[in-house]
Amino acid sequence: MMSKTWQKPLLAVLLLLAIAFPMIAANDYYIYVMSLAYIMAIAAVGLNLILGYTGQLNLAHAGFMAIGAYTVGILTVDYGVPYWIAFVIAGILSAIVGFFAGLLSLRLKGHFFSIFTLCVGFMIYLIIEKWDVLTHGTVGIIDIPAPTGIGPIRFDNTWSQYYLVLFFLVVSLWLMSRIVHSLLGRAFIAIRNGEDLAETLGINLMRTKVLAFVLSTFYAGMAGALYAGFVRFIGPAMALESHTFDMIAFILVGGIGTLFGPLLGAILLTWLTQSLQFLQDFRMIVFGPLLILLVMFFPQGLIGYWRERQARRAAASMQDRRLQRSVIGQQQEVGTNA
Amino acid sequence: MNIFFQQVLNGLTLGSVYALVALGLTLVYGILHIPNFAHGALYMVGAYMAFYLVGSLGANYWVAMAGAALIVALLAVLSDRLIFHRLRNAPPLHDMIAAIGLLLFLEAGIQAIWGAEFHRLAPPYPQIVRLFDLVAPAQRLIIIAAAFGLMFVLHLFLTRTLTGSTIIAMAQNREGASLVGIDATKVSVLTFAISGALAAVAATLFAPINLIYPSMGHLVIMKAFVIIILGGMGSIPGAIVGGLVIGFAESFGAFYVSTNYKDIIAFALLVLILSFRPQGLFPSGARA
Repeated sequence: MMSKTWQKPLLAVLLLLAIAFPMIAANDYYIYVMSLAYIMAIAAVGLNLILGYTGQLNLAHAGFMAIGAYTVGILTVDYGVPYWIAFVIAGILSAIVGFFAGLLSLRLKGHFFSIFTLCVGFMIYLIIEKWDVLTHGTVGIIDIPAPTGIGPIRFDNTWSQYYLVLFFLVVSLWLMSRIVHSLLGRAFIAIRNGEDLAETLGINLMRTKVLAFVLSTFYAGMAGALYAGFVRFIGPAMALESHTFDMIAFILVGGIGTLFGPLLGAILLTWLTQSLQFLQDFRMIVFGPLLILLVMFFPQGLIGYWRERQARRAAASMQDRRLQRSVIGQQQEVGTNA
Repeated sequence: MNIFFQQVLNGLTLGSVYALVALGLTLVYGILHIPNFAHGALYMVGAYMAFYLVGSLGANYWVAMAGAALIVALLAVLSDRLIFHRLRNAPPLHDMIAAIGLLLFLEAGIQAIWGAEFHRLAPPYPQIVRLFDLVAPAQRLIIIAAAFGLMFVLHLFLTRTLTGSTIIAMAQNREGASLVGIDATKVSVLTFAISGALAAVAATLFAPINLIYPSMGHLVIMKAFVIIILGGMGSIPGAIVGGLVIGFAESFGAFYVSTNYKDIIAFALLVLILSFRPQGLFPSGARA
């Protein structure tokens, strides 16, 4: 385990690096890519709550992100609602839809749940695509306004938007760390480790799982709302399950069920995709086998692997110390005997 | 009358294709308890193989179907040996994610070779069959006849032969099957081969009246999942009945409700039924 004394300075350094990034970055495009990685990370952090901590593979996550994005898109473009009001509504609406979807889908267990959510995600996609009076159909929504300024701060260039996204990323990570370290977080983990055992411990399975689901869809909706204001163009394809698969890849690479795993994975894979730009649509030729190899040989991801190594090292040094102590003890015994 | 007959014919065509795909899915689920998300990709690869064999090598339609079935069966067996077999003792989450990885790989691979555009397999039998005042395209009749023929053969194989009954036995009770000396490896290879071949045959049958493109498997696999949830995971009659139910619901829904929303019907049905019966329409269990 990472010792607690190291944790805070390390986080501070990381945060400073993130703040300094736009000044180091060679051009605005890099800042843009990094902001996008952060937005995907927020969504992935939400997915990790239901997948990594509660152990339920929800394949509709991209659908909920699309609901958030479309809420912002429709409200700001067609109804002239100010961005930040639409932003709040987006999160709430995703969570409400998530509540009903969760009530229905969490009655099913394991595989059934995953298959059912796959269908839910596809329904969201089909509805967005077919209900063109409301959603503009396959054309998508263009010219979504950028987030309006708050007080003296404006969000009209890549730099300021980067800091806006970073702010939300930090808030979502902080909130997630509060959640998973609370009693509620323990309940989520207990459900992941064994539903029957969790139930005997007095955890209300359905209520707790629905809560995890709602929280995770709220994250998805927020990420979608940020995405709409940042990219300023959305289409029905963002609800497709392949985007959920992207997020699963982020979580697996970084470390499933860890706080920073989804962020690490999102940043690494986004930059990997950027450097594999010539592959474009074929990036999945690399990512597909990567996913398989990860679950086969490296199921804990980077952070999980690192933690395991730390734990092993700690255990080894503990054993060394014990050994030394017993050797010293024996010597002392020999000494007193002589 | 004629219009009604058309809808019945459409429903039977769709239903028999869905049933073939769902059969393969349910067989694999019965043996290994893996929801094989890559099954739709196998269906898609099957269509491309037939397209390649007919289009580039000039093979006969039926030869191409056999070739596609063989190639996809091999691919399915490979996926079992290289991936799913090795994950036998891993948590179920890992199987599902590995299946997703395989799906992404196959789709991207096919797209890299043939591109993202639509392809067409020229209909081998473009004739129209007339019977009294009813008209039917020959290809649809072939789909229905071939699919039901294949299901009948599969039924005979599973119930009347020793090798076939080992699959049923393994699905009913893994430990029990091992105790009486059934080789688990052999059974899972066989099951994956059958499931791949069924997917390829379904794709080749359907291809002449449909388009071929890399993501063509998405809708089909999701409907197949709906079918086996409704019919009971691992149940063979359930897959066939479920396939026909979804096929008819879609063809009649498209005609009497809305063509635009016909793809949602299957999912709406799923949501509706699972709201009342979380365990599916038929309790799951392997029977032939």
